[in-house]
Amino acid sequence: MLTIQIVEYIAKLARLGLNKKEKEKFGEQLSKILDFVEQLQKVEVKNIEPIAQITGLENRERIDEVEQFAGEKKLLDLAPDTDNGYFKIKTVF
Amino acid sequence: MLNKLTIKQAHQGLIDKKFSSLELTEDCLSEIKKRNKKINAFISIDSDLALEKAKEADKKIGQGVEIGVLEGIPLAIKDNILIEGIKTTAGSKILENYIAPYDATVIKKLKNAGAIFLGKTNMDEFAMGSSTENSYFGPTKNPRDLERVPGGSSGGSAAAVAANFCLGALGSDTGGSIRQPASFCGIVGFKPTYGCVSRYGLMAMASSLDQIGPLTKNVEDAEILFHEIKGRDGKDSTSIELNSKLEIKNKFKVQGIKIGIPKEYFIKGMDKEVEETLKKAIKKFENLGAKIEKVSLPHTDYALACYYIIMPSEVSSNLARYDGIKYGYSAKEKIKDLLDVYLRSREKGFGDEARRRIMLGTYSLSSGYYEAYYLQAQKIRALIKKDFVQVFNKVDCLIAPTSPTIAFKIGEKIDDPLKMYLSDIFTISANLAGLPAISLPCGLVNNLPAGLQIIGNQFEDEKVLAIADIYERSE
Repeated sequence: MLTIQIVEYIAKLARLGLNKKEKEKFGEQLSKILDFVEQLQKVEVKNIEPIAQITGLENRERIDEVEQFAGEKKLLDLAPDTDNGYFKIKTVF
Repeated sequence: MLNKLTIKQAHQGLIDKKFSSLELTEDCLSEIKKRNKKINAFISIDSDLALEKAKEADKKIGQGVEIGVLEGIPLAIKDNILIEGIKTTAGSKILENYIAPYDATVIKKLKNAGAIFLGKTNMDEFAMGSSTENSYFGPTKNPRDLERVPGGSSGGSAAAVAANFCLGALGSDTGGSIRQPASFCGIVGFKPTYGCVSRYGLMAMASSLDQIGPLTKNVEDAEILFHEIKGRDGKDSTSIELNSKLEIKNKFKVQGIKIGIPKEYFIKGMDKEVEETLKKAIKKFENLGAKIEKVSLPHTDYALACYYIIMPSEVSSNLARYDGIKYGYSAKEKIKDLLDVYLRSREKGFGDEARRRIMLGTYSLSSGYYEAYYLQAQKIRALIKKDFVQVFNKVDCLIAPTSPTIAFKIGEKIDDPLKMYLSDIFTISANLAGLPAISLPCGLVNNLPAGLQIIGNQFEDEKVLAIADIYERSE
Protein backbone atom coordinates (compact mmCIF):
# COMPACT_ATOMS: atom_id res chain seq x y z
CA MET A 1 0.00 0.00 0.00
CA LEU A 2 1.39 3.39 -0.96
CA THR A 3 1.53 5.73 2.00
CA ILE A 4 0.26 9.30 1.74
CA GLN A 5 3.89 10.42 2.00
CA ILE A 6 4.87 8.42 -1.08
CA VAL A 7 1.83 9.70 -3.02
CA GLU A 8 2.82 13.24 -2.10
CA TYR A 9 6.39 12.57 -3.15
CA ILE A 10 5.38 11.17 -6.57
CA ALA A 11 2.91 14.01 -7.12
CA LYS A 12 5.66 16.50 -6.38
CA LEU A 13 8.04 14.81 -8.81
CA ALA A 14 5.29 14.84 -11.44
CA ARG A 15 4.36 18.47 -10.68
CA LEU A 16 0.76 17.49 -10.01
CA GLY A 17 -1.35 19.26 -7.44
CA LEU A 18 -3.64 16.92 -5.45
CA ASN A 19 -6.13 17.62 -2.69
CA LYS A 20 -6.38 15.49 0.44
CA LYS A 21 -9.21 13.33 -0.84
CA GLU A 22 -7.42 12.70 -4.11
CA LYS A 23 -4.25 11.66 -2.32
CA GLU A 24 -6.20 8.93 -0.54
CA LYS A 25 -8.10 7.84 -3.66
CA PHE A 26 -5.03 7.75 -5.90
CA GLY A 27 -2.98 6.06 -3.19
CA GLU A 28 -5.48 3.24 -3.04
CA GLN A 29 -5.91 2.90 -6.81
CA LEU A 30 -2.20 3.08 -7.57
CA SER A 31 -1.48 0.45 -4.90
CA LYS A 32 -3.91 -1.94 -6.60
CA ILE A 33 -2.28 -1.37 -9.99
CA LEU A 34 1.21 -1.82 -8.52
CA ASP A 35 0.09 -5.07 -6.88
CA PHE A 36 -1.10 -6.21 -10.29
CA VAL A 37 2.16 -5.39 -12.10
CA GLU A 38 4.14 -7.08 -9.33
CA GLN A 39 3.75 -10.36 -11.26
CA LEU A 40 6.46 -9.12 -13.66
CA GLN A 41 9.05 -9.82 -10.98
CA LYS A 42 8.42 -13.55 -11.44
CA VAL A 43 9.61 -13.57 -15.05
CA GLU A 44 13.11 -14.90 -15.69
CA VAL A 45 14.96 -12.25 -17.72
CA LYS A 46 18.56 -13.38 -17.40
CA ASN A 47 20.58 -12.45 -20.52
CA ILE A 48 17.58 -10.69 -22.09
CA GLU A 49 18.32 -7.32 -23.67
CA PRO A 50 15.65 -4.69 -22.92
CA ILE A 51 13.75 -3.43 -25.97
CA ALA A 52 12.89 0.21 -26.58
CA GLN A 53 12.60 0.43 -30.39
CA ILE A 54 10.37 -2.34 -31.59
CA THR A 55 11.14 -2.35 -35.33
CA GLY A 56 14.88 -2.41 -34.71
CA LEU A 57 15.82 1.00 -36.09
CA GLU A 58 19.12 2.50 -34.99
CA ASN A 59 20.77 5.88 -35.48
CA ARG A 60 18.52 7.40 -38.07
CA GLU A 61 20.45 10.35 -39.33
CA ARG A 62 19.46 13.29 -41.44
CA ILE A 63 21.18 16.35 -42.77
CA ASP A 64 21.40 18.91 -39.98
CA GLU A 65 19.82 21.89 -41.69
CA VAL A 66 17.99 24.71 -39.98
CA GLU A 67 14.48 25.15 -41.29
CA GLN A 68 12.67 28.31 -40.26
CA PHE A 69 9.18 27.58 -38.88
CA ALA A 70 6.82 30.11 -40.40
CA GLY A 71 4.22 29.97 -37.66
CA GLU A 72 6.20 31.65 -34.88
CA LYS A 73 3.45 34.15 -34.11
CA LYS A 74 0.84 31.39 -34.00
CA LEU A 75 2.89 29.57 -31.38
CA LEU A 76 3.26 32.64 -29.21
CA ASP A 77 -0.44 33.40 -29.55
CA LEU A 78 -1.17 30.06 -27.87
CA ALA A 79 0.74 31.02 -24.74
CA PRO A 80 -1.20 32.27 -21.70
CA ASP A 81 1.20 35.17 -21.25
CA THR A 82 3.87 36.71 -23.48
CA ASP A 83 5.95 39.85 -23.57
CA ASN A 84 7.64 41.21 -26.66
CA GLY A 85 7.96 37.83 -28.37
CA TYR A 86 8.91 35.93 -25.23
CA PHE A 87 6.98 33.57 -22.98
CA LYS A 88 6.28 35.31 -19.71
CA ILE A 89 6.37 33.27 -16.52
CA LYS A 90 5.86 33.81 -12.80
CA THR A 91 8.78 34.42 -10.51
CA VAL A 92 10.75 31.26 -9.77
CA PHE A 93 11.12 32.04 -6.04
CA MET B 1 -28.65 8.69 -47.55
CA LEU B 2 -25.36 9.10 -49.41
CA ASN B 3 -23.63 9.12 -46.02
CA LYS B 4 -24.22 5.36 -45.80
CA LEU B 5 -21.92 4.65 -48.74
CA THR B 6 -18.43 3.25 -48.40
CA ILE B 7 -15.48 5.33 -49.59
CA LYS B 8 -15.11 3.16 -52.69
CA GLN B 9 -18.81 3.38 -53.56
CA ALA B 10 -18.87 7.14 -53.06
CA HIS B 11 -15.78 7.56 -55.24
CA GLN B 12 -17.48 5.58 -58.00
CA GLY B 13 -20.60 7.73 -57.66
CA LEU B 14 -18.53 10.91 -57.88
CA ILE B 15 -16.68 9.91 -61.04
CA ASP B 16 -19.91 8.65 -62.63
CA LYS B 17 -21.43 12.03 -61.71
CA LYS B 18 -24.38 10.33 -59.99
CA PHE B 19 -24.08 12.86 -57.18
CA SER B 20 -21.74 15.65 -56.12
CA SER B 21 -19.32 15.87 -53.22
CA LEU B 22 -21.48 18.71 -51.93
CA GLU B 23 -24.53 16.41 -51.76
CA LEU B 24 -22.45 13.71 -50.11
CA THR B 25 -21.06 16.13 -47.53
CA GLU B 26 -24.49 17.64 -46.89
CA ASP B 27 -25.93 14.20 -46.19
CA CYS B 28 -23.19 13.54 -43.63
CA LEU B 29 -23.74 16.91 -41.97
CA SER B 30 -27.50 16.46 -41.81
CA GLU B 31 -27.08 13.04 -40.19
CA ILE B 32 -24.68 14.61 -37.68
CA LYS B 33 -27.20 17.35 -36.97
CA LYS B 34 -29.92 14.78 -36.44
CA ARG B 35 -28.11 12.34 -34.16
CA ASN B 36 -24.84 13.69 -32.81
CA LYS B 37 -26.48 15.34 -29.82
CA LYS B 38 -27.37 11.91 -28.49
CA ILE B 39 -24.21 10.08 -29.56
CA ASN B 40 -21.66 12.85 -28.88
CA ALA B 41 -19.18 11.50 -31.40
CA PHE B 42 -17.74 14.92 -32.22
CA ILE B 43 -15.99 17.49 -30.07
CA SER B 44 -16.07 20.04 -32.87
CA ILE B 45 -17.74 20.22 -36.27
CA ASP B 46 -16.71 22.56 -39.07
CA SER B 47 -19.60 22.54 -41.57
CA ASP B 48 -18.62 25.70 -43.46
CA LEU B 49 -15.10 24.54 -44.20
CA ALA B 50 -16.34 21.06 -45.17
CA LEU B 51 -18.90 22.47 -47.60
CA GLU B 52 -16.37 24.83 -49.10
CA LYS B 53 -13.93 21.95 -49.70
CA ALA B 54 -16.73 19.85 -51.19
CA LYS B 55 -17.45 22.62 -53.72
CA GLU B 56 -13.77 22.70 -54.64
CA ALA B 57 -13.82 18.95 -55.25
CA ASP B 58 -16.94 19.28 -57.41
CA LYS B 59 -15.29 22.01 -59.44
CA LYS B 60 -12.37 19.68 -60.18
CA ILE B 61 -14.71 16.87 -61.17
CA GLY B 62 -16.72 19.28 -63.32
CA GLN B 63 -13.57 20.32 -65.15
CA GLY B 64 -12.88 16.70 -65.98
CA VAL B 65 -9.75 16.47 -63.82
CA GLU B 66 -8.93 12.88 -62.96
CA ILE B 67 -9.54 12.51 -59.22
CA GLY B 68 -8.02 10.27 -56.58
CA VAL B 69 -10.12 7.90 -54.51
CA LEU B 70 -10.34 10.30 -51.52
CA GLU B 71 -11.15 13.46 -53.49
CA GLY B 72 -14.35 14.96 -52.08
CA ILE B 73 -14.78 12.19 -49.47
CA PRO B 74 -15.95 13.40 -46.01
CA LEU B 75 -13.92 12.00 -43.10
CA ALA B 76 -13.74 12.47 -39.33
CA ILE B 77 -10.46 12.89 -37.44
CA LYS B 78 -9.68 11.92 -33.85
CA ASP B 79 -9.10 15.03 -31.78
CA ASN B 80 -5.47 14.22 -30.95
CA ILE B 81 -4.41 14.69 -34.59
CA LEU B 82 -3.51 18.26 -35.56
CA ILE B 83 -5.29 20.12 -38.36
CA GLU B 84 -3.84 23.59 -38.80
CA GLY B 85 -6.12 26.38 -37.58
CA ILE B 86 -8.62 23.93 -36.04
CA LYS B 87 -9.23 23.41 -32.33
CA THR B 88 -7.49 20.23 -31.16
CA THR B 89 -8.23 19.24 -27.58
CA ALA B 90 -7.28 15.54 -27.13
CA GLY B 91 -10.44 15.38 -25.02
CA SER B 92 -8.73 17.39 -22.28
CA LYS B 93 -9.60 20.54 -20.40
CA ILE B 94 -5.93 21.50 -20.50
CA LEU B 95 -6.23 21.95 -24.31
CA GLU B 96 -9.81 23.21 -24.39
CA ASN B 97 -8.83 26.26 -26.45
CA TYR B 98 -5.78 24.95 -28.27
CA ILE B 99 -5.67 25.83 -31.98
CA ALA B 100 -3.31 23.56 -33.90
CA PRO B 101 -0.49 25.66 -35.42
CA TYR B 102 0.40 23.10 -38.11
CA ASP B 103 -0.88 20.01 -39.93
CA ALA B 104 -0.01 16.48 -38.86
CA THR B 105 1.71 14.58 -41.68
CA VAL B 106 -1.34 12.34 -42.13
CA ILE B 107 -3.52 15.45 -42.47
CA LYS B 108 -1.17 16.96 -45.04
CA LYS B 109 -1.42 13.74 -47.02
CA LEU B 110 -5.20 13.59 -46.79
CA LYS B 111 -5.49 17.27 -47.77
CA ASN B 112 -3.32 16.60 -50.83
CA ALA B 113 -5.62 13.70 -51.66
CA GLY B 114 -8.61 16.08 -51.55
CA ALA B 115 -10.35 14.55 -48.52
CA ILE B 116 -12.85 16.65 -46.56
CA PHE B 117 -12.74 16.96 -42.78
CA LEU B 118 -16.15 17.18 -41.13
CA GLY B 119 -14.85 17.60 -37.61
CA LYS B 120 -12.83 16.27 -34.72
CA THR B 121 -14.00 13.22 -32.83
CA ASN B 122 -14.37 12.60 -29.13
CA MET B 123 -11.88 10.47 -27.23
CA ASP B 124 -10.64 9.51 -23.80
CA GLU B 125 -8.40 12.29 -22.52
CA PHE B 126 -5.04 12.03 -24.32
CA ALA B 127 -6.20 8.61 -25.61
CA MET B 128 -6.15 7.12 -22.11
CA GLY B 129 -9.09 4.83 -21.70
CA SER B 130 -11.12 2.02 -23.18
CA SER B 131 -14.59 3.56 -23.19
CA THR B 132 -14.41 7.27 -24.20
CA GLU B 133 -15.85 8.06 -20.76
CA ASN B 134 -12.64 9.88 -19.79
CA SER B 135 -13.36 12.83 -22.08
CA TYR B 136 -13.67 16.33 -20.65
CA PHE B 137 -16.43 16.82 -23.24
CA GLY B 138 -18.65 14.02 -21.94
CA PRO B 139 -18.85 10.36 -22.95
CA THR B 140 -19.62 9.15 -26.47
CA LYS B 141 -22.51 6.67 -26.73
CA ASN B 142 -22.50 3.52 -28.80
CA PRO B 143 -24.78 4.18 -31.82
CA ARG B 144 -26.08 0.62 -31.60
CA ASP B 145 -27.16 0.99 -27.97
CA LEU B 146 -27.06 4.43 -26.38
CA GLU B 147 -26.67 2.99 -22.89
CA ARG B 148 -23.40 1.39 -23.82
CA VAL B 149 -19.88 2.66 -24.44
CA PRO B 150 -18.47 2.77 -27.97
CA GLY B 151 -15.12 1.52 -26.66
CA GLY B 152 -12.05 3.68 -26.61
CA SER B 153 -10.03 5.61 -26.82
CA SER B 154 -11.01 6.30 -30.46
CA GLY B 155 -14.68 5.92 -29.46
CA GLY B 156 -15.77 9.10 -31.22
CA SER B 157 -14.23 8.01 -34.53
CA ALA B 158 -15.75 4.51 -34.24
CA ALA B 159 -19.18 5.88 -33.34
CA ALA B 160 -19.02 8.44 -36.18
CA VAL B 161 -18.35 5.70 -38.74
CA ALA B 162 -20.95 3.32 -37.25
CA ALA B 163 -23.60 6.10 -37.17
CA ASN B 164 -22.83 7.02 -40.81
CA PHE B 165 -21.79 10.54 -39.81
CA CYS B 166 -18.81 10.17 -42.15
CA LEU B 167 -17.43 7.70 -44.66
CA GLY B 168 -14.31 6.87 -42.69
CA ALA B 169 -12.19 8.17 -39.85
CA LEU B 170 -8.71 8.26 -38.39
CA GLY B 171 -7.92 7.10 -34.89
CA SER B 172 -4.83 6.24 -32.89
CA ASP B 173 -3.96 2.94 -31.24
CA THR B 174 -1.56 2.63 -28.30
CA GLY B 175 -2.97 -0.49 -26.66
CA GLY B 176 -6.06 -1.23 -28.75
CA SER B 177 -7.64 2.19 -29.13
CA ILE B 178 -8.59 1.66 -32.78
CA ARG B 179 -9.43 -2.05 -32.71
CA GLN B 180 -11.46 -2.29 -29.49
CA PRO B 181 -13.89 0.55 -30.38
CA ALA B 182 -14.16 -0.84 -33.93
CA SER B 183 -15.16 -4.16 -32.37
CA PHE B 184 -17.71 -2.55 -30.01
CA CYS B 185 -19.29 -0.49 -32.81
CA GLY B 186 -19.31 -3.23 -35.46
CA ILE B 187 -16.91 -1.64 -37.93
CA VAL B 188 -13.37 -2.21 -39.22
CA GLY B 189 -10.33 -0.78 -37.41
CA PHE B 190 -6.73 -1.25 -38.50
CA LYS B 191 -3.54 -0.64 -36.53
CA PRO B 192 -0.56 -0.74 -38.89
CA THR B 193 2.96 -1.96 -38.05
CA TYR B 194 4.63 0.49 -35.66
CA GLY B 195 6.18 3.27 -37.73
CA CYS B 196 4.33 2.65 -41.00
CA VAL B 197 2.35 5.84 -40.49
CA SER B 198 4.07 9.04 -39.36
CA ARG B 199 3.22 10.19 -35.85
CA TYR B 200 4.21 13.80 -36.58
CA GLY B 201 1.30 15.94 -35.40
CA LEU B 202 -0.25 13.17 -33.32
CA MET B 203 -0.28 14.24 -29.68
CA ALA B 204 2.14 11.85 -28.05
CA MET B 205 0.86 9.49 -25.39
CA ALA B 206 3.29 6.54 -25.35
CA SER B 207 5.65 7.12 -28.25
CA SER B 208 7.05 3.59 -28.56
CA LEU B 209 3.50 2.23 -28.93
CA ASP B 210 1.38 4.97 -30.59
CA GLN B 211 0.23 4.43 -34.17
CA ILE B 212 -2.34 6.19 -36.36
CA GLY B 213 -4.74 4.07 -38.38
CA PRO B 214 -8.12 4.01 -40.15
CA LEU B 215 -11.62 3.17 -38.89
CA THR B 216 -13.95 2.31 -41.75
CA LYS B 217 -17.09 0.50 -42.88
CA ASN B 218 -15.19 -2.29 -44.59
CA VAL B 219 -11.69 -3.67 -45.13
CA GLU B 220 -11.35 -2.21 -48.62
CA ASP B 221 -11.84 1.31 -47.25
CA ALA B 222 -9.32 0.68 -44.46
CA GLU B 223 -6.84 -0.26 -47.14
CA ILE B 224 -7.62 2.88 -49.14
CA LEU B 225 -7.03 5.16 -46.15
CA PHE B 226 -3.95 3.25 -45.04
CA HIS B 227 -2.33 3.55 -48.45
CA GLU B 228 -2.96 7.26 -48.45
CA ILE B 229 -1.44 7.99 -45.01
CA LYS B 230 1.48 5.55 -44.80
CA GLY B 231 5.13 6.23 -45.57
CA ARG B 232 8.45 7.39 -44.23
CA ASP B 233 8.47 10.94 -42.94
CA GLY B 234 11.51 13.04 -42.16
CA LYS B 235 9.61 14.54 -39.25
CA ASP B 236 9.18 11.20 -37.46
CA SER B 237 12.48 9.37 -37.07
CA THR B 238 10.70 6.12 -36.18
CA SER B 239 8.70 6.09 -39.41
CA ILE B 240 9.45 3.52 -42.09
CA GLU B 241 8.61 2.92 -45.72
CA LEU B 242 6.58 -0.22 -46.16
CA ASN B 243 7.40 -1.99 -49.39
CA SER B 244 3.91 -2.29 -50.74
CA LYS B 245 3.28 -5.44 -52.71
CA LEU B 246 -0.20 -4.82 -53.96
CA GLU B 247 0.21 -7.13 -56.93
CA ILE B 248 0.41 -9.99 -54.42
CA LYS B 249 -2.91 -8.97 -52.99
CA ASN B 250 -4.79 -9.47 -56.23
CA LYS B 251 -3.53 -13.02 -56.51
CA PHE B 252 -3.67 -13.67 -52.77
CA LYS B 253 -5.64 -16.71 -51.68
CA VAL B 254 -6.48 -17.88 -48.20
CA GLN B 255 -6.31 -21.42 -49.53
CA GLY B 256 -3.26 -23.15 -48.09
CA ILE B 257 -2.20 -20.37 -45.71
CA LYS B 258 -1.53 -21.24 -42.10
CA ILE B 259 -3.50 -19.48 -39.40
CA GLY B 260 -2.39 -19.74 -35.81
CA ILE B 261 -4.82 -19.81 -32.91
CA PRO B 262 -2.92 -18.70 -29.79
CA LYS B 263 -4.23 -20.82 -26.95
CA GLU B 264 -3.52 -18.07 -24.40
CA TYR B 265 -6.24 -15.93 -26.02
CA PHE B 266 -9.01 -18.39 -25.35
CA ILE B 267 -9.14 -18.18 -21.61
CA LYS B 268 -11.46 -17.89 -18.67
CA GLY B 269 -13.09 -14.52 -18.35
CA MET B 270 -13.93 -14.45 -22.02
CA ASP B 271 -17.60 -14.11 -22.80
CA LYS B 272 -18.87 -17.54 -23.91
CA GLU B 273 -20.94 -16.16 -26.74
CA VAL B 274 -18.07 -14.01 -28.01
CA GLU B 275 -15.99 -17.18 -28.06
CA GLU B 276 -18.70 -18.89 -30.12
CA THR B 277 -18.61 -16.15 -32.79
CA LEU B 278 -14.82 -16.58 -32.94
CA LYS B 279 -15.14 -20.32 -33.41
CA LYS B 280 -17.52 -19.73 -36.31
CA ALA B 281 -15.01 -17.33 -37.87
CA ILE B 282 -12.26 -19.94 -37.53
CA LYS B 283 -14.55 -22.51 -39.17
CA LYS B 284 -15.09 -20.11 -42.04
CA PHE B 285 -11.37 -19.77 -42.61
CA GLU B 286 -11.13 -23.57 -42.63
CA ASN B 287 -13.85 -23.70 -45.26
CA LEU B 288 -11.87 -21.19 -47.30
CA GLY B 289 -9.00 -23.65 -47.30
CA ALA B 290 -6.78 -22.25 -44.55
CA LYS B 291 -4.88 -24.60 -42.27
CA ILE B 292 -5.65 -23.92 -38.65
CA GLU B 293 -2.90 -24.56 -36.15
CA LYS B 294 -2.88 -24.21 -32.37
CA VAL B 295 0.09 -22.12 -31.27
CA SER B 296 1.41 -20.75 -28.01
CA LEU B 297 2.62 -17.27 -27.01
CA PRO B 298 3.88 -18.13 -23.53
CA HIS B 299 4.42 -14.58 -22.24
CA THR B 300 0.89 -13.38 -23.11
CA ASP B 301 -0.11 -13.44 -19.45
CA TYR B 302 2.45 -10.75 -18.68
CA ALA B 303 1.56 -8.42 -21.56
CA LEU B 304 -1.00 -6.33 -19.68
CA ALA B 305 1.25 -5.77 -16.66
CA CYS B 306 4.20 -5.01 -18.95
CA TYR B 307 2.07 -2.48 -20.83
CA TYR B 308 0.97 -0.79 -17.61
CA ILE B 309 4.61 -0.05 -16.78
CA ILE B 310 5.90 0.99 -20.21
CA MET B 311 2.90 3.06 -21.30
CA PRO B 312 2.55 5.20 -18.12
CA SER B 313 6.32 5.74 -18.02
CA GLU B 314 6.18 7.25 -21.50
CA VAL B 315 2.99 9.12 -20.60
CA SER B 316 4.61 10.77 -17.59
CA SER B 317 7.41 12.00 -19.80
CA ASN B 318 5.25 13.08 -22.77
CA LEU B 319 2.67 14.91 -20.68
CA ALA B 320 5.31 16.92 -18.86
CA ARG B 321 5.00 19.43 -21.73
CA TYR B 322 1.60 20.58 -20.45
CA ASP B 323 2.92 23.09 -17.96
CA GLY B 324 0.57 26.06 -18.23
CA ILE B 325 3.26 28.18 -19.86
CA LYS B 326 3.67 27.43 -23.56
CA TYR B 327 0.03 26.66 -24.35
CA GLY B 328 -3.14 25.31 -22.84
CA TYR B 329 -4.89 25.91 -19.56
CA SER B 330 -2.96 28.01 -17.07
CA ALA B 331 -4.25 28.39 -13.51
CA LYS B 332 -4.63 32.01 -12.43
CA GLU B 333 -5.93 31.79 -8.87
CA LYS B 334 -3.79 31.47 -5.74
CA ILE B 335 -0.58 31.51 -7.73
CA LYS B 336 2.54 32.72 -5.94
CA ASP B 337 5.37 31.41 -8.05
CA LEU B 338 6.33 29.25 -11.03
CA LEU B 339 5.91 25.96 -9.15
CA ASP B 340 2.33 26.92 -8.32
CA VAL B 341 1.64 27.45 -12.03
CA TYR B 342 2.77 23.88 -12.75
CA LEU B 343 0.97 22.30 -9.81
CA ARG B 344 -2.37 24.07 -10.14
CA SER B 345 -2.55 24.05 -13.97
CA ARG B 346 -1.93 20.31 -14.07
CA GLU B 347 -4.24 19.66 -11.12
CA LYS B 348 -7.17 21.46 -12.74
CA GLY B 349 -6.30 20.74 -16.38
CA PHE B 350 -5.91 16.94 -16.28
CA GLY B 351 -8.64 14.44 -15.50
CA ASP B 352 -8.27 11.48 -13.12
CA GLU B 353 -7.01 8.87 -15.57
CA ALA B 354 -4.32 11.17 -16.97
CA ARG B 355 -3.12 11.98 -13.44
CA ARG B 356 -3.19 8.31 -12.41
CA ARG B 357 -1.01 7.33 -15.34
CA ILE B 358 1.37 10.26 -14.89
CA MET B 359 1.89 9.24 -11.26
CA LEU B 360 2.24 5.56 -12.09
CA GLY B 361 4.87 6.38 -14.70
CA THR B 362 6.69 8.81 -12.46
CA TYR B 363 6.83 6.12 -9.79
CA SER B 364 8.14 3.43 -12.20
CA LEU B 365 10.86 5.75 -13.46
CA SER B 366 11.88 7.18 -10.11
CA SER B 367 15.19 6.45 -8.50
CA GLY B 368 15.25 3.05 -6.83
CA TYR B 369 12.34 1.68 -8.83
CA TYR B 370 13.56 2.10 -12.41
CA GLU B 371 15.27 -1.28 -12.63
CA ALA B 372 12.56 -3.24 -10.89
CA TYR B 373 9.79 -1.75 -12.98
CA TYR B 374 10.73 -0.01 -16.24
CA LEU B 375 13.82 -2.03 -17.14
CA GLN B 376 12.15 -5.29 -16.16
CA ALA B 377 9.14 -4.41 -18.33
CA GLN B 378 11.38 -3.61 -21.31
CA LYS B 379 13.00 -7.03 -20.98
CA ILE B 380 9.61 -8.71 -20.84
CA ARG B 381 8.64 -6.70 -23.90
CA ALA B 382 11.61 -8.36 -25.65
CA LEU B 383 10.31 -11.78 -24.60
CA ILE B 384 6.83 -10.97 -25.88
CA LYS B 385 8.28 -9.94 -29.23
CA LYS B 386 10.33 -13.14 -29.34
CA ASP B 387 7.17 -15.22 -28.82
CA PHE B 388 5.69 -13.63 -31.94
CA VAL B 389 8.86 -13.95 -34.02
CA GLN B 390 8.89 -17.69 -33.29
CA VAL B 391 5.21 -18.17 -34.05
CA PHE B 392 5.43 -16.25 -37.34
CA ASN B 393 8.10 -18.67 -38.49
CA LYS B 394 5.31 -21.22 -38.58
CA VAL B 395 2.10 -19.37 -39.48
CA ASP B 396 1.00 -16.53 -41.79
CA CYS B 397 -1.20 -14.78 -39.26
CA LEU B 398 -2.92 -15.18 -35.91
CA ILE B 399 -6.60 -15.04 -35.12
CA ALA B 400 -7.91 -13.91 -31.77
CA PRO B 401 -10.87 -12.06 -30.31
CA THR B 402 -10.48 -8.27 -30.32
CA SER B 403 -12.10 -7.93 -26.92
CA PRO B 404 -13.24 -10.54 -24.38
CA THR B 405 -16.71 -8.96 -24.28
CA ILE B 406 -19.19 -6.96 -26.31
CA ALA B 407 -19.69 -3.23 -25.53
CA PHE B 408 -20.28 -2.75 -21.80
CA LYS B 409 -22.66 -0.34 -20.09
CA ILE B 410 -21.69 3.28 -19.52
CA GLY B 411 -20.46 3.64 -15.92
CA GLU B 412 -19.88 -0.09 -15.48
CA LYS B 413 -16.09 0.07 -15.15
CA ILE B 414 -15.25 3.73 -14.70
CA ASP B 415 -14.61 3.52 -10.93
CA ASP B 416 -12.33 0.50 -11.15
CA PRO B 417 -9.25 1.34 -13.26
CA LEU B 418 -7.87 -2.19 -13.19
CA LYS B 419 -11.14 -3.67 -14.45
CA MET B 420 -11.15 -1.10 -17.26
CA TYR B 421 -7.55 -1.99 -18.17
CA LEU B 422 -8.56 -5.62 -18.67
CA SER B 423 -10.69 -4.53 -21.68
CA ASP B 424 -7.44 -4.26 -23.63
CA ILE B 425 -6.09 -7.68 -22.75
CA PHE B 426 -6.24 -9.06 -26.32
CA THR B 427 -5.06 -5.94 -28.14
CA ILE B 428 -1.99 -4.68 -26.30
CA SER B 429 0.41 -7.45 -27.34
CA ALA B 430 0.30 -6.23 -30.95
CA ASN B 431 1.41 -2.78 -29.75
CA LEU B 432 4.15 -4.14 -27.52
CA ALA B 433 5.49 -6.22 -30.43
CA GLY B 434 4.85 -3.50 -33.06
CA LEU B 435 2.63 -5.76 -35.19
CA PRO B 436 -0.12 -4.92 -37.69
CA ALA B 437 -3.56 -5.99 -36.48
CA ILE B 438 -7.09 -5.47 -37.72
CA SER B 439 -10.49 -5.86 -36.06
CA LEU B 440 -13.51 -6.72 -38.16
CA PRO B 441 -17.07 -7.69 -37.27
CA CYS B 442 -17.64 -11.44 -36.89
CA GLY B 443 -21.18 -11.73 -35.63
CA LEU B 444 -23.63 -10.47 -33.06
CA VAL B 445 -24.07 -11.33 -29.40
CA ASN B 446 -27.36 -10.09 -27.95
CA ASN B 447 -27.66 -7.91 -31.04
CA LEU B 448 -24.32 -6.23 -30.37
CA PRO B 449 -21.22 -6.74 -32.50
CA ALA B 450 -18.25 -8.94 -31.59
CA GLY B 451 -14.85 -8.44 -33.20
CA LEU B 452 -12.41 -10.77 -34.89
CA GLN B 453 -8.77 -9.77 -34.70
CA ILE B 454 -6.20 -10.76 -37.31
CA ILE B 455 -2.60 -10.15 -36.23
CA GLY B 456 0.26 -10.32 -38.72
CA ASN B 457 4.03 -10.26 -38.64
CA GLN B 458 5.87 -6.93 -38.63
CA PHE B 459 5.69 -5.19 -42.04
CA GLU B 460 3.12 -7.68 -43.35
CA ASP B 461 0.31 -5.13 -43.23
CA GLU B 462 -0.78 -5.96 -46.79
CA LYS B 463 -1.15 -9.62 -45.95
CA VAL B 464 -3.29 -8.85 -42.90
CA LEU B 465 -5.53 -6.60 -45.00
CA ALA B 466 -5.76 -9.19 -47.78
CA ILE B 467 -6.78 -11.97 -45.38
CA ALA B 468 -9.35 -9.71 -43.71
CA ASP B 469 -10.70 -8.66 -47.10
CA ILE B 470 -11.22 -12.25 -48.24
CA TYR B 471 -12.94 -13.13 -44.97
CA GLU B 472 -15.27 -10.15 -45.30
CA ARG B 473 -16.16 -10.81 -48.93
CA SER B 474 -17.01 -14.43 -48.26
CA GLU B 475 -19.87 -13.52 -45.90
